[in-house]
Amino acid sequence: MSETAEVKVKEPLFSKKNKKLLTDPLNDDNPITIQVLGICSALAITVQVKQAFVMSVSVLAVMIFSNLIVSLIRNLIPSRVRIIVQLVIVAALVILVDQILKAFVYDVSKQLSVFVGLIITNCIIMGRLEAFALANKPFPSILDAIGNAAGYAWILIVVAIFREFFGSGKLWGFQIIPQSFYEFGYFNNGLMILPPMALITVGIIIWVQRSRNTKLIESN
Amino acid sequence: MDYINIFVKSIFVENMIFAYFLGMCSYLAVSKTVKTGVGLGAAVIFVLAITVPLNFLLENYVLKSGAMTWMGPEFADVDLSFLSFIMFIAVIASIVQMVEMVVEKFAPALYGALGIFLPLIAVNCSILGGSLFMQERQYSSIGEATVFALGSGVGWFLAIVAIAAIREKIRYSNVPAPLRGLGITFIITGLMGIAFMSFMGIEL
Repeated sequence: MSETAEVKVKEPLFSKKNKKLLTDPLNDDNPITIQVLGICSALAITVQVKQAFVMSVSVLAVMIFSNLIVSLIRNLIPSRVRIIVQLVIVAALVILVDQILKAFVYDVSKQLSVFVGLIITNCIIMGRLEAFALANKPFPSILDAIGNAAGYAWILIVVAIFREFFGSGKLWGFQIIPQSFYEFGYFNNGLMILPPMALITVGIIIWVQRSRNTKLIESN
Repeated sequence: MDYINIFVKSIFVENMIFAYFLGMCSYLAVSKTVKTGVGLGAAVIFVLAITVPLNFLLENYVLKSGAMTWMGPEFADVDLSFLSFIMFIAVIASIVQMVEMVVEKFAPALYGALGIFLPLIAVNCSILGGSLFMQERQYSSIGEATVFALGSGVGWFLAIVAIAAIREKIRYSNVPAPLRGLGITFIITGLMGIAFMSFMGIEL
């Protein structure tokens, strides 16, 4: 009943608090570099910008709907079985995304292989459900989902740009480094295509981010 | 493919952490000390070795196209493979819950040691990843699937124990301030990944 009393205090649609929900995850509270969520799938699919983009959009869609659904039924879920309930909701949404990807962008869906299915256990989704959607009203939950998915997306796309540009001289599949460079003896850095370089690239992003924003530095 | 080949390959060449980055979140979060690393690693081996064979049976006798022929010829063209994600995760979540209860009842000491890590495992990507790789690579028998699961678990265990040991020592080093904690862990994992790539192409 206390819920209904709270609703009457109307907030403006984009109050300061709501705007913070959107902008915080982009930098100060970034899901990948600060909260350490969603790294599992983030690194494996950053070889090409296109894959990273498709992955980000899929995560965005799943996050918005799962946050919305969980936040709508948050008072009906018994806390002992909440993890299973959340997993089932997320899994159903991921199946939808997987089928849509297979129907419209089949080649990308083949390259992503198991990583679409792994959105289910992507910690970023479970983490935000646990930390936010279970305790907040639907509209702020949607904003939180959009903010965190955007924070996830920009790291993914920046890493993918570096890896695709230096690794194969392309962006979004188009050749960027002209052929004449290669004739002068320029070589693609094959190391960038290999999985470990994704980790090192993210490490460097963290380094840059934290040296610009010194309050994020860990004590140890 | 024989068993030893699959086993060695899944430990070193196709290591869950260094080749596919699966289970990275708990890997980074729980690797502060060797002791917790060993606990989580053991739990991962255990759960992987149970869930992958179970999901193998589920995949081959229920979900795959034509897998239900054993129930009668009229089921020969039923294809339920689009349900595989939700079935796999349901199996994993319920097994984790059951394992937790059994361990709590019969091995309280182990339960105390694993404690909070058991429920965490349900959302560890390496567990679901194990099942999905099993599905994608189409192992021919349940033995191969089990060996693959054990190997992946051992690979994960090795990775988390190694990084935990390094992180314990690195506390005494002079790391640049913005890199402390998370940043240096990422870079070390990357370097370890490069080292693990030297196993590539090993066949037994």
